[in-house]
Amino acid sequence: MLLKSLSELNGTSGAENLVRNFLRQTIEPFVDIINTDKMGNLIGIKNDSLSGPKVMLSAHMDELALMIIDITGEGFLKFRPVGGIDAQILVSKPVQINNSYMGVIGAKAIHLQKHTEGQNPLSCDQLYIDIGAKSKEDASSKVKLGDYAYFTTVFEPFGDGLYKGKALEGRVGCAILAELLQNDYDFPLIAGFTVQEKVGLRGAKVAAHHLAPDFAIVLEAIVADDMSDCAEEGWITELGKGPVCSFMDRSTLYSSKLIQWVTGVARQNGIPLQFPRGSGSGNDAGSIHISKVGIPTISLSVPCRYIHSFASVISEKDYQACYDLVNALLKELPNIFEGSSINFAKEDKF
Amino acid sequence: MDMDFRILEQLTQIFGPSGSEEQVAEFISAQIRPYCDEVTNDTLGNLIAVRHGTGKKIMVAAHMDEIGLMITHIDKEGFLRFTPLGGVRTSNLVGQRVKFNRGRMGTIGVEKIAKPSDFKLDKLFIDIGAVSQNEAEQIVRLGETAVFVGDFVEVGSRIMAKALDDRIGCFVVIEALKRSKSTNELVFAFTAQEELGTRGAKTAAYALEPDLAIAVDVTATGDTPKAHSMSVKLGSGVGIKVFDRSLITPPQIKRWMAAVAAERNIPFQWEVLEYGGTDSGAIHLSRGGVPSGVISIPTRYVHSPAEMVDSRDVQAAVDLLVSLLEHPLE
Amino acid sequence: MNPQLKDARDFLSLISIASGVSGYEFSIASLVREGFKEFSDEVLGDKIGNVYALKRGIKESNKKIMLAAHMDEIGLIVKKIDSRGFLQFTSIGGIDQRTLLSQEVLVHGNRAIPGIIASLSPHLFDKMESSQAVKMDEMVIDVGMPLAKIQEVIQVGDIITIKRQTYPLLNNLIAGKSLDDRAGVVAMKVCLEELSRLKHSHDVVAVATTQEEVGARGAITSAYALNPDLAVIIDVTHACTPDLKGQVTIDLGKGPAVALGPNIHPGIYGHLVDSAHFHRVPIQIEPIPGHSGTDAWPIQVTQAGIPTGLISIPLRYMHTSVETLNIQDVINSGKLLAYSIASLPDDLEGMLCY
Repeated sequence: MLLKSLSELNGTSGAENLVRNFLRQTIEPFVDIINTDKMGNLIGIKNDSLSGPKVMLSAHMDELALMIIDITGEGFLKFRPVGGIDAQILVSKPVQINNSYMGVIGAKAIHLQKHTEGQNPLSCDQLYIDIGAKSKEDASSKVKLGDYAYFTTVFEPFGDGLYKGKALEGRVGCAILAELLQNDYDFPLIAGFTVQEKVGLRGAKVAAHHLAPDFAIVLEAIVADDMSDCAEEGWITELGKGPVCSFMDRSTLYSSKLIQWVTGVARQNGIPLQFPRGSGSGNDAGSIHISKVGIPTISLSVPCRYIHSFASVISEKDYQACYDLVNALLKELPNIFEGSSINFAKEDKF
Repeated sequence: MDMDFRILEQLTQIFGPSGSEEQVAEFISAQIRPYCDEVTNDTLGNLIAVRHGTGKKIMVAAHMDEIGLMITHIDKEGFLRFTPLGGVRTSNLVGQRVKFNRGRMGTIGVEKIAKPSDFKLDKLFIDIGAVSQNEAEQIVRLGETAVFVGDFVEVGSRIMAKALDDRIGCFVVIEALKRSKSTNELVFAFTAQEELGTRGAKTAAYALEPDLAIAVDVTATGDTPKAHSMSVKLGSGVGIKVFDRSLITPPQIKRWMAAVAAERNIPFQWEVLEYGGTDSGAIHLSRGGVPSGVISIPTRYVHSPAEMVDSRDVQAAVDLLVSLLEHPLE
Repeated sequence: MNPQLKDARDFLSLISIASGVSGYEFSIASLVREGFKEFSDEVLGDKIGNVYALKRGIKESNKKIMLAAHMDEIGLIVKKIDSRGFLQFTSIGGIDQRTLLSQEVLVHGNRAIPGIIASLSPHLFDKMESSQAVKMDEMVIDVGMPLAKIQEVIQVGDIITIKRQTYPLLNNLIAGKSLDDRAGVVAMKVCLEELSRLKHSHDVVAVATTQEEVGARGAITSAYALNPDLAVIIDVTHACTPDLKGQVTIDLGKGPAVALGPNIHPGIYGHLVDSAHFHRVPIQIEPIPGHSGTDAWPIQVTQAGIPTGLISIPLRYMHTSVETLNIQDVINSGKLLAYSIASLPDDLEGMLCY
């Protein structure tokens, strides 16, 4: 399964090689042109010779990880997170470094703590990775500063029709995008697998600039807080209720006409669709939609519990529905274009 | 068979703080004597009733003692200072009435308190209406104990009273003992000093060497507004204990109890109690170990003068105990 | 890696991954029985779930030596299933709530059901800084199933364990859950194996005890039932890490820690130290001024009193799910036990005389 392979590969911002290599092999048979740009984005182009609107589908390859920033005198590794992470989830977990060495993030035994110590969250400064090294020299011979430690979560079915795995935020989009490339469309379709989303939407900025698409769809997973004890309106999104079409997030205000179009296509095709309650964190759309003269952009996401953690959870149905929706949109797409610009007047039914 | 709740009413109103269980023992003894082969008292104050049989030796335990207060000082104006006997909640005390063995009543007052965090046990005192140290000393001796005042009230299916912990257990055991047709060797221990650390149960179990033991005691509920989270609800059936601080019920025991309950259509609920323990905690560690379980009666406001149970749960507890005694674990 | 080290690592890994929370040791117990069988004359169980492996001594009028290491682990238990199908839980044994967030778990219902520990407070993972650690009361387990399905397979009172493999680290270190005190069980197995190559006068009974983490309950009953002439307990002790400087003096990889103090019979302590020196087994000395926090504490005062010794395997991050130790320390603990037992005098009275 594509998503399983993608989820279990390690690749954080600036070190996406393994994911990129895998995706390159996966999509090569289905695209006309394939290259990696100066930033490290993997670009695949289908139907390059066709006229018609140039459509970009974008998904980010990078995931959260921990960067080794120091090795202590005793051979323990100090780290900083790459991308936003709550250090509270790091305690008492195994990690893997450079795909070769295992390490653990331990914590002071409860027996040795002062009475109220357990009330205070542990921060990255207090944590370290133990790889079993005898000394600084021992550790330095195995691990270099700047190496990355990754989570070791296995991707597998979970509960009732769900999947659990790491790195789902970006890789869900990568998987849907790679699968869509196997279909035939009659316009130029660009696949942008971007780098460095987690540290500031940086890969997409570059890709959008040199690809200059007429329309872009950003695919990823989005926070589902439907297990929290706050009221329903605070859940952002819910698992099992279909893909999510964003109105607004921290980096983008999406075109309401485009959203109406998406809503209409979803309804016509009997695909469930939900809208996020509250505005979530940003994604690559933030870089893309303000590129050059501006690019019409929508963002479609798969709801995901525990998104910035070791073990995220998505629904198989949502994943499939998201794929179906994007596919339906792509089939409809030529109808809303006049040359290289969108003209909704053509489509009075929306 | 209908239960005679007048017996429960009398049981709850008898004076019997830890260490002074004699009157409770006397009352129970009179109730059960016709149904037992032997009834004896031991050194710690446990009441032990034996009904001979041919099968396994099953011990059933319910504690007779209730929480209380022990007088530690009488001041010049005749006010009494005290120390808790068992798990008394300081925040529950102000304004409560207490009663001494010989019937004297008192009320609990509090010194001037500057801020809520200063509210501690040593700020409280008992006023027994005496005007001098001398007069007070005529009524109450140092070291004497007092219990809460809390009448027995039936409200619909609910029952409120002091000392339902664990006179309700004693009541369940008495009722089951009267009905039981079990042919096993049955030993009923009405225990002393549970509230001080299951002390009576410890010596009783050592003496009796049972093959199997069941304690009957109260448990908390999680069904009141913003309560500490717990799945047990009043009126939803007898509790079968899985876990508390004193006992992890052996899996085969809990399965046996649940299977018997299910077979007899006795409503039950699993109980995971995060605090507290019961006599089974002591019994199961006696000598080389005694497989033990607990029948729990869901109870709100445990250790207050108005503990509350539901009579349907009590009925279920009696039914379950009777059935278990007839169908012991192989 | 030498075969003994590999065997020890494999057995430790096997029993570390298995589940055996206090009071629910039946499945771990069967693995332990299987492991002990090869090197024992007899393997038995009791009502409380303790496992006993007997290895007979060569003398007729022999004494009974008890070894004890606990096989239970800390864990969680379902205390309530909420209306949306999330499981509320509490701990069995001492667990730091800060080690729980985002863990994958197994809920041992009708079958082992995978779950994830989640926080009930919204947007936890978007907040970078919080001043208050998420409390256990604010966490739930998500098993990804609707309530009706959950009720078919999970009940209040079901046991929960952290889902965790073991991981080899550098230098013979291994990390995983419940190495406290499965490592002690492995040390007893190593001891039995060594003893089959040595001559020993006395009967040895290695006991894998239950319910240590909730108050050494299995030790209380097993010691009473056995009433041995001498007992040595094998548990784990805190090994030094950067955040424990000055608080802990025992290091990983420098051999088992031999305890002394009120919980320990001085004659046994002396004999263990002498045996270690004679057979060149590295040891560390661990003075304990009172309660040792192990099975040794109640065993010492069982029946008419039992002379008790304590050997501890150094371990980092105790009671987390990434406990870490050096396998060589486990082997050395087993060897030290065996050498000490084989060199015991036939008459223990002199050694145990104050």
